[in-house]
Amino acid sequence: MIPLPEPKPDILARRDEIVAALRAIVPGSALGGGLGEGVISEPLRLKPYETDGLSAYRQPPLAVVLPTSTEQVAAILRYCHRNGIRVVPRGAGTSLSGGALPLADAVVIGLMRMNRILEIDYDDRLAVVEAGVTNLGITKAVEGDGFFYAPDPSSQLACMIGGNVMMNSGGAHCLKYGVTANNLLGVKLVTIEGEVIGIGGSHLDAAGYDWLGLITGSEGQLGIVTEVTVRLLHAAEGARAMLVAFKANEIAGQAVDAIIASGIIPVALEFMDRPAIHACEAFAHAGYPLEAEAMLIIEVEGCAAEQDARLGEIRAICERFDPISVRVAQTAEESLAIWKGRKGAFGAVGRISPDYLCMDGTIPTSTLPEVLRRMGEMSDRYGLKVANIFHAGDGNLHPLIMFDANDPESFRRAEEFGADILKLCVEVGGCLTGEHGVGVEKRDLMGVQFAPHELDQQRRIKSAFDPQWLLNPAKVFPLDGLPEAALARAPARAAARAA
Amino acid sequence: MTDGLLSPATESELAGILRRATAGGEPLAIEGNGTKRALLRPVQAARTLTVRHLTGITLYRPQELILSARAGTPLPEIEAALAEKGQYLIAEPPDTTALFEAEAAETRPATIGGVVACNLSGPRRISAGAMRDHVMGVRLVNGQGEVVHSGGRVLKNVTGLDLCKLLTGSYGTLGVLTEVTLKVLPAPPDSATVAVSVRDLAAGVRVLSAGLGSPFGPSGAALLPGGAPELGLQGPTALLRLEDFSDSVRYRAESLAARLGREGDVTLLEAARSVPLWRAVRDAAPLGALPEEAIWRVSVRPSAAPGVAASLSRAFDAKLLLDWGGGLLWIAGPAEAATHAAVMAAARAAGGTWTLFRGPDGLRASSEVLPPEPAPLAAISARVKAALDPRGVLNPGRMHAGL
Repeated sequence: MIPLPEPKPDILARRDEIVAALRAIVPGSALGGGLGEGVISEPLRLKPYETDGLSAYRQPPLAVVLPTSTEQVAAILRYCHRNGIRVVPRGAGTSLSGGALPLADAVVIGLMRMNRILEIDYDDRLAVVEAGVTNLGITKAVEGDGFFYAPDPSSQLACMIGGNVMMNSGGAHCLKYGVTANNLLGVKLVTIEGEVIGIGGSHLDAAGYDWLGLITGSEGQLGIVTEVTVRLLHAAEGARAMLVAFKANEIAGQAVDAIIASGIIPVALEFMDRPAIHACEAFAHAGYPLEAEAMLIIEVEGCAAEQDARLGEIRAICERFDPISVRVAQTAEESLAIWKGRKGAFGAVGRISPDYLCMDGTIPTSTLPEVLRRMGEMSDRYGLKVANIFHAGDGNLHPLIMFDANDPESFRRAEEFGADILKLCVEVGGCLTGEHGVGVEKRDLMGVQFAPHELDQQRRIKSAFDPQWLLNPAKVFPLDGLPEAALARAPARAAARAA
Repeated sequence: MTDGLLSPATESELAGILRRATAGGEPLAIEGNGTKRALLRPVQAARTLTVRHLTGITLYRPQELILSARAGTPLPEIEAALAEKGQYLIAEPPDTTALFEAEAAETRPATIGGVVACNLSGPRRISAGAMRDHVMGVRLVNGQGEVVHSGGRVLKNVTGLDLCKLLTGSYGTLGVLTEVTLKVLPAPPDSATVAVSVRDLAAGVRVLSAGLGSPFGPSGAALLPGGAPELGLQGPTALLRLEDFSDSVRYRAESLAARLGREGDVTLLEAARSVPLWRAVRDAAPLGALPEEAIWRVSVRPSAAPGVAASLSRAFDAKLLLDWGGGLLWIAGPAEAATHAAVMAAARAAGGTWTLFRGPDGLRASSEVLPPEPAPLAAISARVKAALDPRGVLNPGRMHAGL
């Protein structure tokens, strides 16, 4: 288990007083027990907030506060700053890296009640939304007019745009459309001092330092984002997918190289290995080729004739690599059928294994065969199965490590296996995380990718925003190198208890 | 080095220079080849540190869409290496040689480090992102002379704070870039432009918005107030560029032309005429700035652009060129405090930002060349600057007076 810092005893002792102060900032009836409530402090009702998508870690917070406005968020932060209280921002709690994991002495600031769409402008192709609007909620609001918001993380039905900004979320289509950072125009940032700062705006390029770029993906370390201005894009006339099965991972990798070399950039280029194909097929019955070692899903956009042309060219390229089968969708329905298994991959793996860890490294695409081979050896050594889903165009690899959470030994091995995979990603020239963030999960691996003085440089920048280290503590940066300001009030000696 | 130019041959030599500069509190001007010395504010430093001898492409993997080069590598060398593999720099950075011709002491090409440090992006910014969107990794030397890397050589990376974006567009004030890693893309084999003659700028921005709000994915959307007479385009003309495979370009250009035909006369320009036209737009040539005139870039939401243009035209004899669907105004006019004040006021009123892109030393030294940051952000700025450059030796005053 990854250790969490020891809670500050003085803060725990002042719990009732803190809850009362938060209630004064965000009033609301506890009797309703529902949407109107501003502060949650009863132990039983804190349970839903004790974990996020990294569910092996659990820690109820001191309290949860659910503001409905930027002004309330600012007042909460002002109060917490004055009183040295740690805060943990939270959207939908879908983080797979423990980015929203609470601490015992921290106030969780949940942004789910800030869920209004404030402006939609098709002429300027932007939408202004509050942080608690879901990712898919943005697209749903504009798709009737032909527009969409491009980043599409797997959790897009639930995850919120504020969390997307904090983690710089990606998705299956970022090969063409980029990640969150590439699709933002501005944010409203509340600093730990409770100052509200407009960063960027409704124009493309702000002059001066790129604060928007620094804040995006900062995992709640620099401030809390309450409002986001996103770029809207008009959808292409249509999209269609094809599925190609290969006899070996190496061969599928070569086919990916050949497609990119041809000058075609598909909107999606997804790779699945044999265990992933089998898991998805058993779950979704999508007609995936069970005899294949590797499979690609390739999607292109345009009018029907353009789709035909591009899919035809990709098919011709794939034919050079002796595919087991090639299935080109002729209709939108057939495309959906091809995607069905892939989109259900997490559920599929969840069905064949009681629990799994979803890892998220990035590797240079040319190293995929080597990485899969060495991962197979690790899998044998640890005695745990692993299935791989890979955004092949951009090198983002998602190994799903299957284990049994009821067996602590199995979980320990799964965590070690995962760490070994991420070290391998760095070794071959990649990185620890492509789109899930460091969070708690990869915090103690940061030293694999960064030298001590490089981590110190990042910490000094964090300190420039949050001198007392109150914002989302115990994430991103290893505890053993924290500056004095963070340690003075937060001795990090022992592990907090996790489930 | 006797002439005050420090030109280290290695990164570690450069680091040593910065360590000594910080120890002695000696400010340094930071440059590549100095082609954009007249951009933003003049730097008050006796000596200049240049990365022009840190050159060479260090990694190029066309199939992985990744290129790394040392910061002093000339831009043309990188463009040639990419062209050989049918690829290009996505952000289409402008060649500012002509704009800064009068100020250039010598004619050397821009370096990739300088282009990244200035976050320069061209017309494709509207569809494919800014230079900063494609900086996947950097190596930099901070004020204390520490070599720090951020990002890497892969296309998706959210590990730690993103110093690539912070350093891109920091004009050498936070660190000296020694190596950059960029995402690159295949250059589309064909292109064309749909040119629509429009009544005025407001109608032109509406045409660009209609094009950008269509399913046809234009990769450029500019508005020439004076048209392009050499191509037979008279009066205000909206331009929408399509780049793709030939069949797609043809189909999309015709579809756009049909859709926009009722807005004004439509001319289709095939690649042979389209490519040089967009090179000119990229380099702001149609602006027609005289050597003695100042040049500004103003970024606003596109629908606000006609209002900005109108208020500038009331204030002085403003020359204009609109790009990014109207969201970027290139402006030329008399290099005077009063015109600068008018540009600032118009940008502010539209909720946008300005950059004094070119001007005489006196104007640049006495002006807010970039919008000042609100107090709480300025305080953070100063602390971030101190976190990277505690003694303030890197390009002092380049962006804001006193920082």
